[in-house]
Amino acid sequence: MARFVLRRLLQSCVVLLGVTLVVFLLLQLVPGDPVRVALGTRFDPQTYEALRARAGLDQPLVAQYFDYLGRALTGDLGVSFRSGRPVTSIVLERLPATLSLAVTAVVFATLIAFPLGILSAIRSGSFVDHAARVFSQFGVSVPDFWMGIMGILLFAGVLGWLPPSGYVALTEDPAGWASHVALPAATVGLVTASILTRFIRSSMLEVLSEDYVRTAEAKGLRTRVVVLRHVLRNALIPVVTVVAVQLASLLGGVIVIEVLFAWPGIGRLTYDSVQARDYPVLQGAILLVAALFLLVNLLVDILYARLDPRITVR
Amino acid sequence: MSDRAVLAVEDLTVTIGTRRGPARAVAGVDWSVRAGETLALVGESGSGKSMSVLAATGLAPRSARVTGRVHLLGTELTGLPGEDRRRMRGRHVGFVFQDPMTSLNPVLTVGRQVTEAGEEHLGLTRRAARARAVELLDLVGIPSPAERVDAYPHQFSGGMRQRVVIAMALACEPDLLIADEPTTALDVTTQAQIVELVADLQRRLGTAVVWITHDLGVVAGIADTVAVMYAGRILEQGPVDAVFTNPSHPYTTALLAARPDPDGGGDELVTIQGSPPSPLDLPAGCAFWPRCPVRGAARCEHELPPLVPVAADHHVRTFYPHHTDGGVPT
Amino acid sequence: MSERQRVDHQLTATTTSSGGGDGQLRRALSALRHDPLALTGSAVLALLVVVGLAGSWLAPSGVNDVDVDRMLQPPSWSHPFGTDELGRDVLSRVLVAARVSLQVGLVSVGIALVVGVTLGLFAGYYRGWLDNVLMRCMDVLFAFPVLLLAVAIVAVLGPGLTTAMIAIGVVYTPIFARVTRAGVLSVREQVFVRAAVSIGASDLRIMRRHVLPNIAAPLIVQTSLSLAFAILSEAALSFLGLGVQPPAPAWGRMLYDGRGFVTEAWWLGVFPGAAIFLTVLAFNLVGDALRDVLDPRQLTVSEARRNS
Repeated sequence: MARFVLRRLLQSCVVLLGVTLVVFLLLQLVPGDPVRVALGTRFDPQTYEALRARAGLDQPLVAQYFDYLGRALTGDLGVSFRSGRPVTSIVLERLPATLSLAVTAVVFATLIAFPLGILSAIRSGSFVDHAARVFSQFGVSVPDFWMGIMGILLFAGVLGWLPPSGYVALTEDPAGWASHVALPAATVGLVTASILTRFIRSSMLEVLSEDYVRTAEAKGLRTRVVVLRHVLRNALIPVVTVVAVQLASLLGGVIVIEVLFAWPGIGRLTYDSVQARDYPVLQGAILLVAALFLLVNLLVDILYARLDPRITVR
Repeated sequence: MSDRAVLAVEDLTVTIGTRRGPARAVAGVDWSVRAGETLALVGESGSGKSMSVLAATGLAPRSARVTGRVHLLGTELTGLPGEDRRRMRGRHVGFVFQDPMTSLNPVLTVGRQVTEAGEEHLGLTRRAARARAVELLDLVGIPSPAERVDAYPHQFSGGMRQRVVIAMALACEPDLLIADEPTTALDVTTQAQIVELVADLQRRLGTAVVWITHDLGVVAGIADTVAVMYAGRILEQGPVDAVFTNPSHPYTTALLAARPDPDGGGDELVTIQGSPPSPLDLPAGCAFWPRCPVRGAARCEHELPPLVPVAADHHVRTFYPHHTDGGVPT
Repeated sequence: MSERQRVDHQLTATTTSSGGGDGQLRRALSALRHDPLALTGSAVLALLVVVGLAGSWLAPSGVNDVDVDRMLQPPSWSHPFGTDELGRDVLSRVLVAARVSLQVGLVSVGIALVVGVTLGLFAGYYRGWLDNVLMRCMDVLFAFPVLLLAVAIVAVLGPGLTTAMIAIGVVYTPIFARVTRAGVLSVREQVFVRAAVSIGASDLRIMRRHVLPNIAAPLIVQTSLSLAFAILSEAALSFLGLGVQPPAPAWGRMLYDGRGFVTEAWWLGVFPGAAIFLTVLAFNLVGDALRDVLDPRQLTVSEARRNS
């Protein structure tokens, strides 16, 4: 087990190194001079030189990368071309908003997807099954931002129950936060739920056809025991991974939804920094997201190994 | 039918709904097995031998329609709610399936899997059940059972896993053990060990056994009675000696001839030409007619032969009993 | 191999036969004929192609015919989908925008298919260090959420039709590489491939004649489902203003521009979104039907990664 964890840790580090390289190269690929582009009409030679030096752009490429890597390791992701503030704090400020949205959406999604997916597999061919399949096909095909707009139209426009957009911090006003998070979380959550429902259903169906489930039935166990002890336990092992991958992607910021609902998270930050050509902030946001993504995956793999006794032997 | 029958089925028919229409897997089958006895159900895959047993015990797939009568220990099972049939399984009937690599749950310890039937049916506590599991693992010949009880299935070899499955089946000391090709997936040496284990346990526990197999060679050593099935029907059934010394259906004769010679006499492996009909499209007459060496009579093509006695307890489904060697009947 | 990769592979587990691509394709097409959902999907796609090719000819008015007197008009006989905040005919814009969506979808999936299959083929066939290097690169690309990576690429290259196509193509390349590699690994151990090796056929010939046809099934399925996701990604990019640039109409952009008016003018939100939804749904229906026939065990990675 320890060896397995160590090996996965090492692999994640290699991939993370690759990620930093890609993020670093992004800036190099900008046609022309990124600092000049970013400053635009606000150009003044002094700021220009300062920013170039701070971003290390006056160094040779390889030196720049190792410099970038070294500073990234100490938590220094450079300064914003726009505000001159450190990127690390700009990015971290946005984390709570994204985190609260992502977690709410995933909780919402699992609350729908688990009962629906499990029932749909156990009662395959029933009304519930058909409803679940229509729901998941709908969710996989619908653009989330369109569903968000429809949500605004209905709940903010026609019914007037919820604010159309905006953000209130959970720590300041829980009720205000809840009313603001409802629409974006439901939008993201429904899409996530449809994906999860699909996976849970197919994973359950696969396990239900396993010989050991027939063995359990042959022992005369109650259906509830067969499903809970024999089917679910096996079927949920791959599902855990999918839930985590979903959560990780959402932590990356649902860019479009955050833009639509004016939700000041990582996604919105990414969008703003693209608009403003604030490349260091863009780099920082992407790096953080990818690192989070890798971290969640690493944790999931370890959890996975704990859930499935066969893994450690392989 | 004897009142001593542990399990008896009468006129059992199983029709499975498939995408391409109904498939008749079992068509009007009668058999029974008495305490301490072994009934062998013999046939090729798809002959309905497994399905007849699964349907009788309520394990048929949900798309299957089952008709006929099933008696377990004198209780009529047909018409009973699934819940009552469930209580019979595990308690009175134990099952051993074909592939020990897939019939154990990979994420539960073998101890947990051996004990759960006892907890369900006998109300054993976790601790009592565990002690019982160790006892059972010992009974089926697993070395150092007290330690192995906490191991996972993947830590066992195929033969050892099949022993675990047998221990599971015996957990509540059932009256009947159903062994569905339990040796097919094992190598030859292990096969012999498992056959010997089941025979030994049967002697000690007095369990009735239904042994489902496609291998007549196994049958000779362990069975008391044999039923040969083909395309959902019994073609020949009777005491094992009678069927072996006096096979009366061309199919039985062919199956016996197709056995590899244990003395190594014949080099050529005799095979039966052709393949069984699709259960979606069964012929009106004898299903074996297209492959039958006696296929002279047009009668067989259109008319189903009845199951007729050729000796005491020995029945055969043919118009021409004893015309087994290819001679065209007149 | 990491556990997530393991799952990915499990999810994209490929069952290959020596039946060859032609047989599989024929089987798939005949199966589609009997599946009402797939038929509906195909019909919608056929309609879309017609609209894509003849959109500007079918459109009742010009896409940029601004008429401030007639702005934000609800649907009527003269403007069945209503008019937008500049008085432009929404129906005409929706029809004309179909071409951009289809074009971006096809070109970007084409890029991902060609590059991904090539990389996966070489990685799986030659194994060793090449496999390691290529697949670690794919891992790196996989570490970014789909839309984030696409946005980053567009941010660097500058917004527009071409960059959107490149960005989406890059984003979907690793999936094709993985599916291909998984297929190659199982095919290359099979007798007919070994036989071809033993008679001295060249590597390229073996890949083209023996390996590729046998991994066609998962690739066909992946392609049709990726088209759905690529069109969603294009819509998202254009919603963010990073797709095709105004004044050319795009469905995502129409939603973005209309989002502020949506409570007064519902038609600005409903029709362009419905167009995206129907297009994606049609590709998904066809893709699912293909998967049921060709590769029932495959649940694509892209589905798991759809959110971003």
